[in-house]
This record gives sequence, C-alpha cells and structure tokens, in this order.
Amino acid sequence: MSDRKIVLEIRGLIVEAMLAKASVTEIVKGVSLELREGQVLGLVGESGAGKSTIGLASMGYFKPGCSPVAGEISFCGSSLLEISEAERRSIRGVRAAYVAQSAAASFNPSKRLMDQVVEAAVSRGELQRVDAELRAVELFRSLQLPDPESFGRKYPHQVSGGQLQRAMTAMALMCDPELIVFDEPTTALDVTTQVEVLLAIKAAIEERGVAALYISHDLAVVAQIADEVAVLRYGEIVERGPVTQMLESPVHPYTKSLWAVREMHGGSHPSRGRLLDVSGIEASYGAFKVLQDIEFTIERGQTVALVGESGSGKSTLGRVISGLLSPESGTVHLGEEALPRKANDRSRDMLRRVQLIYQSADTALNPRQKVSKIVGRPLSFFHGMRGAKKRSRMVDLMNMVELDPSYLDRFPTQLSGGQKQRVAIARALAAEPELIICDEITSALDQVVQAGILKMLDELQERLGVSYLFITHDLEVVKAISDRVVVMSGGRIVEQGPKSEVIHAPSEEYTRRLLNAVPQMSPGWLDGLVSRQVPNASVTSREPVRLSR
Amino acid sequence: MQIITSTDVVTKLLAQRLALGLLSMFVVSVVIFVAVNSLPGSFAAAVLGQSATPEAVAAFNQKLGLDQPLVSRYLTWLSATVTGDFGTSFTNRPVSTMVMPRLWNSLKLAISAALIAVPLAITLGAICVRFVNRLPDRILSATTLSTISLPEFFIAYLLILVLAAKLQLLPSLSTIRGSMGFADQAIRMILPVLTLVFVTLAHMMRATRAALLNVMAQPYIEMARLKGEPETRIILRHALPNAIGSIASVVALNLAYLIAGVVVVEAVFVYPGIGDTMVSAVSNRDIPVVQACALIFSAAYILLNLVADIIAIASNPRLMHAR
Repeated sequence: MSDRKIVLEIRGLIVEAMLAKASVTEIVKGVSLELREGQVLGLVGESGAGKSTIGLASMGYFKPGCSPVAGEISFCGSSLLEISEAERRSIRGVRAAYVAQSAAASFNPSKRLMDQVVEAAVSRGELQRVDAELRAVELFRSLQLPDPESFGRKYPHQVSGGQLQRAMTAMALMCDPELIVFDEPTTALDVTTQVEVLLAIKAAIEERGVAALYISHDLAVVAQIADEVAVLRYGEIVERGPVTQMLESPVHPYTKSLWAVREMHGGSHPSRGRLLDVSGIEASYGAFKVLQDIEFTIERGQTVALVGESGSGKSTLGRVISGLLSPESGTVHLGEEALPRKANDRSRDMLRRVQLIYQSADTALNPRQKVSKIVGRPLSFFHGMRGAKKRSRMVDLMNMVELDPSYLDRFPTQLSGGQKQRVAIARALAAEPELIICDEITSALDQVVQAGILKMLDELQERLGVSYLFITHDLEVVKAISDRVVVMSGGRIVEQGPKSEVIHAPSEEYTRRLLNAVPQMSPGWLDGLVSRQVPNASVTSREPVRLSR
Repeated sequence: MQIITSTDVVTKLLAQRLALGLLSMFVVSVVIFVAVNSLPGSFAAAVLGQSATPEAVAAFNQKLGLDQPLVSRYLTWLSATVTGDFGTSFTNRPVSTMVMPRLWNSLKLAISAALIAVPLAITLGAICVRFVNRLPDRILSATTLSTISLPEFFIAYLLILVLAAKLQLLPSLSTIRGSMGFADQAIRMILPVLTLVFVTLAHMMRATRAALLNVMAQPYIEMARLKGEPETRIILRHALPNAIGSIASVVALNLAYLIAGVVVVEAVFVYPGIGDTMVSAVSNRDIPVVQACALIFSAAYILLNLVADIIAIASNPRLMHAR
C-alpha cells in the first residue's frame, strides 16, 4: 500500500473557531493524517470532536468563523492553505468531492436532481451537458436508483432519504474525483436504508479505487467501509490503526468507551401490576391512516421499547397516549381509569401521571427560560410548591439527573446536548409521573452521552418505580434498557413480547430484517450480509418514505 | 395513501387565496363606507355654507340621496360599484371621469418607479449578500437605513433643493397635462419618480438581503460551495430561487405603497394623481369620490398581495411538484 500515491496529507493542523466576540477555541488541535490512493480512512468520534472540520479542511474549506492557524494540508502535492481560493474552487467538486450528512438538507429544494448532480461537471467544463447527463444516468443505475433515466427529473422532496443519499454519492462521483469525503452519510437514515446506502457506497469506492475519508460516530458502520480507523476526541486523534485491531484490541480508554451502549444489558424488572392498557387504537392524519389495531400494555416499573423505522407510527402512538392527538377509536387506561382522548379533557392529576420527553431538547426547552423556571414550573403547577421548598426540590431533581444544582441559574443555550436532555428529564420527573414517554430521547446524542443517560434512567426506574415507554429506532438502545419490545411497521404492531424473545427469536420476517440490518462490530459483517442475501429483500421492497423521525 | 395531485393542491390554494381576497374587499368596502360617512361635517354645510337654512339643507340632502338610511345607501353603492359604476360626484360629474385619468397619472408614476426600484433593489440586495459584512454591504446598509428613516416629503424637498433649486436641472413642479408631449411629461415626472424610488428601494433591498442571507445559511449552499461553484453563481442560481417567495411579498407591499401611499409625494410636487384627487375630495366632503379612491387603493393592496402569494406558491417546488 505504501507505494501508492499520497492523495491527502494533513500535518499538524490547528483550526480555531470564533464562538462569540473575542472568544476563540481550538476545535482541531494538531491533527496529522495521510491518505493514499484507494485507501479508506474512517474518522470516528463524538459530535464536536472535530470530525467534520477535518473533513471540510481536506477540501480546503472552513465553515464561517473557523480558520486554520497552523499546519498544512496537501492535496495531490498542492498545498490547499497556500493556493488561491480560485484554485481551491477548481479542485472542489472535480478532484475532491463531498457527501454530506443530511442529503435532504444538502440538495437545493427548488432545483431538479439532475441539474444539481451535473452542475459541477458542466460549469467547470469537464463534460458537455448531454454527456454529463448520460454519465449521471449510468451512475444512478450503478447505485441502484429506481428508474435511472427519469430519476434526475425529480425534485429532492419527491424521493426518499436513502435515494437522496445515493444521488449525492452519484453527484460526488460525476467527475471521477481522487478524494471523496463522506460526512456521516448514513446517520440520518433508518437501519434498513442505511444498509442499502452502505452497500452502494462501498461498491462505488471499491470499483473506482478512490481515496475516501469516511466520517461517522458509529464504529460499527466505519468498520464495514474503512481499512483504517482514526478515533478523534476534543480535536485530537487519540488512537489510530487498522480496523480489526481497533475493534479487537483498542488501547485508549476512550476508544473502548465508544461502544459502551452495546455492553449495557438492563431490563428485567419485576412487574408490579398493570399500569397502561392501550386497546383498539386507530388514528389518522387527515385521510391518511397512521395507526391501526394498536393493543399493548405496560407494567408498573417496567420499560417497553417501541421500535420501528421512521413513518411506522411510533411517535404518533406516543402522541395518542399523551393526549396530543385524539384517536378515532380505542381506549387508553392508566391504572383503573380510562383517560379521555384529548389532553384538554384530562384532569390535572391525569396529566401529571403521564409525562413526555422529546427527541430534541434544543426545541423542547424554551431558550429564554432559565433551567430553574423550566424545572420549577411542574412543581408549582402540579404540586403547588413555592419558595424554599420548591428550591430544595429543584436541587433534589438536579441531583437525580446528575447535574450540578448551580445549573439551575443557566439558560439552555449554555448547556451541552446531553445536559439539555437531562434538564428535560428533570422536568418530566418533577411531575412525579407514573409513565414517562421517551420519544427518541437519545438519538441526537453521542454514544458515550447516550450510555450515561440510559444508565441514569435505569437507576431512576429502580428507585422511583416509574415506567417508560421508550420510542426508538435504535436496536442497541432496545437491548440496553427494555423489558418488553413492541415492533411497529406501517402503523401496525407486527410483533410484541419480552425482549429476549423478540430480539433473540423473532417470529416475524420484518423484525428479523430490522435486526439483521443493525451493523455489527466486525469488519466482515456487511460483506457477510450480501452473501447471505438478506438485504436484497429490502433493496427492492418498501423503503421508508419519510425522512424525519 | 390517498392520491393528491399537485394541480389539485395548487388549485385549492389559489381558490382559497382568491376567496380570501374577495372577502377582504367586501370587509374593506364596509369599513370605507362607514368611515367616510362618519366624517365630521356634511357636504351640504360645505357647499351651502354655515348660514344655510335647515330646509335648504334637507332639500339638498334629499336630492343627493343622503336622507336614506346608511344600510340602504351602502347596498345601493355596493351594487353599483360591483358593475363598475362609481356613481356621480356631488359636483355632478361621473366619479369615473374624475378619478380614472388621475389614476392613470398615478399609475404612470408608480410603474416608472417600480421598473427602476424593483430590479435595482434585488441587485443591490444580492450585492450586499455577495460582500456581506464587508465595505459594499456596510455602505449600502447604512445608506438605506438613513433613507428609510427620512420621511418621504423630506427626501422630496431635498431632491428639489439639490436638483431643481441649486443645479436647476429639473423643474420642481410636476403638473402634467394631457396636452403635453411625452418628453415634457417625462422630464416633469423625474423628481417624483426619483423620490418614490428612494423611499421604496431601501425597504425592498433590505428585505432581499435578509431573505437571501437566510437561505445562504442552509446546508445546500455549503454543498454548492463544496462543489466549487463561484459565490455569485451560488447567490443567483441556488439562493435566489429559494428566496423569491419572501422577496415577492415585500415587493408587493411596496408596489401597493407606490399606488396608494403617494399622496404626500403628489402633494409636494403638485402632481395631478389620484392621491391629490382624494385629498381635495375629502376637504370638499365629496363622499362618492372619497369612497371610489379608497376602494381603488384597497383593491391595489389586495391584488398585489394576491400576486405575491401566487408567486410564492409558484416558486415552491413542494407545491408545484407533488411526490
């Protein structure tokens, strides 16, 4: 390998970011790496570790407010920090291409896909428009996009997330680049869609022998694609080596902690009687039926995981139970009481007993309220607390969610993502609920932070006897915390039962397919999957239509 | 899943907007009628003088139909107006012959100002974005901020002072007549048009800048940069199409101002436009003329906003091209 040409070489790169006026932080602290022709380097780490900054720097690009202060970046021999912006531009899109995390946001909504895919090739005079379109159609075909001839005529919102991500890969391949930077290309996708896109990307890289930088927070995903992995933390590379070595014998404690969630095995709480009984629920958005024949129960002190791909109706079910969406028929019993369909018709005590935590704490917490106000509101609203008593309860709650009580005087914007989610949990706990509906609450968080929150929720359950309805698409989370599992697809429950049965002996084909699609911590998993012919069913069969969770 | 074609959605949206526009017109007509009829002072008193006998006033009111109850007067007026008949002025001339030539004069002013201001505003807005927070942007932003803060009559007098009084390039009065030649009229219109351009340009330019900057923060703009596209092309080809909807609504608001809001500017330049007509009709208590003018102004607002809505719908691919 060492005789191959070096495509990208970064030496001692330091990047600074302007946070506020006059406040500067180093977000990349002296990173060095090299990438040779045909080599795929995985870059793993939490968000904020500097992965994307390094990815963008490899194309000589820095986000507004970020600037390189030291080091050098050399692309096929030319120093990207020294050449002019025009010269850097001539490299981008032609010799070095970028595949962004969210294809849905990275395609211009008002231009047809073809216009965007061929844009760089045509505007730089690499190809005539007609030839570029022919090449694009070929690429669409090789990436297994449906109707490759007419695919380019569609607008971004007209195709699914997985298709968009493949279209973006096609866009990157248009000019046969020497380097492709993949920045979390499958993170926003469902597990089954992720497998398809991974296969397409892997095939495209191998076929062309292009050098690639593959950025992800998920080591299992990187293991399928990369030859070598570099683990990044706080802007520094803490460990680097061949994939197998990194998986089997990681040296750095941080690398080991990266798959902390995968080693959690919670659950198996004793039942303390029936808490929630959902029966015969049907619900629609307008004429579109989203839930049908929903029946399941939750025991006191236990956790039920509600799994399914986006669009399966799992979040809608959470909204029905909490009364935010009234169902057309069916009942929800909490203990002995039947809950009215609308939250407005429920008594204050009923509202107190069921609390909801959202996926994005960023939008669920009012940015103009201090944490004390956010956590204090349910205390006064549900329990009529005031003054010193309220303050001391707030301090208790902060301790429960493992946050320093001094954070009560901060605004949400002064907290990290994980801390914000802890505040949201404290707010839910303040009501002293019997059931907490957790809607994808860890999916926006990094693995390490995620593991911390899941552990905390588990301990709180032991102590307080609260039940959780855990809505998630992440099967690792399911394994980590649940007692029972409910699998949903297309608005129906396809399978439910104790965790051990559903996870280890699924009776439904759909569940099996979902489980098979979760990347395993072994480099050969994806290839093994192809030879086992499993994903072929999913490539041609239904693909989730909605992009958001 | 239910099949909904894009044409269905768009037709429904357009029908909704149109119905809303008609409803607004109706509400506006009621408001205008009630407001105008509750103006203090009466036409009889204005024409006959303070010393008129009560009998003379009553006979005068009867002749003009002012003795009828408000509701029946409103219905009579509305049914006539719907057919395009604005009625007869209290000075015994048909309202349309009084108002229409003046409206045309005002439209000439508005269209000339719009043809200069709209393209210029969008171009300058794009230039601001191209050089955001750099010198051209700072100069343009500061200048437009000051023109926004100045009242229009002040700008008008300033222009008169410089271009008419000091440099003596242009006439300070803009009284035009149908008998004048085109060149003569055009020269007299330059100052009021220039004033209107100054007044509307700033607002539209700042709106364009804000709308474009909003779009420039989207991930697809970064993607375009990473494809190596030059900045100017990114602004024109990638950002502008996505900003056109919000730009259109601000442009519509300013165009409506050009038609309805020119009263002060027309007064300053003694320009024979519809604003001038309305002002004198109000002081003469000539109710039919006041009503007709107010209705025309409202119709302009509603129509232009309707057009802006249609542009916003047409520029939204999610509405034009369903899944």
